[in-house]
Amino acid sequence: MWQTVTFWVLAGVAVAAGVAVFRVASMARATYALAVSFVAVGLALVVVGLDYLGIVTVLMMVMEMAVMAVYMVMFMMNPGGLMPMSMVHSPRGAAGLAAGTFVMLSAAAVGVPWPDRSRAVSGDATAALGGAIMGSQMLVMMLVGALLFATIVATVVLAARATRYDRLGRDLRAARRAGPSARNARGPHDPRVDGAAGQVTS
Amino acid sequence: MTLQGLLVVAAALFAIGVYGALSQQSIVMVMMGLELMINGVLLAGGGFWAFLAPTPQVQVALLVVISAMTVEMALGFAVTVLLYRSREVDMVDMATDLSG
Repeated sequence: MWQTVTFWVLAGVAVAAGVAVFRVASMARATYALAVSFVAVGLALVVVGLDYLGIVTVLMMVMEMAVMAVYMVMFMMNPGGLMPMSMVHSPRGAAGLAAGTFVMLSAAAVGVPWPDRSRAVSGDATAALGGAIMGSQMLVMMLVGALLFATIVATVVLAARATRYDRLGRDLRAARRAGPSARNARGPHDPRVDGAAGQVTS
Repeated sequence: MTLQGLLVVAAALFAIGVYGALSQQSIVMVMMGLELMINGVLLAGGGFWAFLAPTPQVQVALLVVISAMTVEMALGFAVTVLLYRSREVDMVDMATDLSG
């Protein structure tokens, strides 16, 4: 009984917070509303028995939203919401599509004759997950680890400002093409020595 | 608490995310819509685990979903930083070079 009540309370909080993300004028509040939605979903996962995944969701999403709040302040023109403005396009079309999506998914959820549970929940789900990660599903975890490493490299490459190698061009030969006079006039390590077109120079 | 009720809640979260991803002009707000969609997928996956197949493999699949969400967030912000640095653009309407 308490599980059902707790779940529905958390579900209401998650949906309400999700709506609040796109209703509040302050971007910081929108970020925290999304964090509340994720925390509610994480706790709902704990209620259904997925302790580890629920706690991981809560921890990760709180940190992600903290980072997102910083990005909000960095890039958005009205992070505090002091000047309420509407920054949407095609709101009616989007609302219609969203409503249609909800109707279709709900109809499928209610109408599909779901089978009975294949087996009972036995033992500790977290221990079972740990055993799977270290055993039969280790390849999946190794691939996820490699994927996350690739993501780190990609994000640094994309987000980094022009580095010391950009002055040499894509083929690393721009300094040679510029000629010795250009190099001598400005010094061999001057980042402005650049013979390739379109290179970002400092 | 039934599977159907849980899936309806997940559908609601997903639909709210669809609205955000389609309607918002700011790149960061579009990403928040995408995050809400994955939020719904996570909840639905948890429901499938609890009511249909309480196996470790389903939990691993949900871990992969969480990892995908993390990757999407990181790369999305990196692209946002790159766009802003090159053109001082933070809205999707100003980054339509590939359209048409």
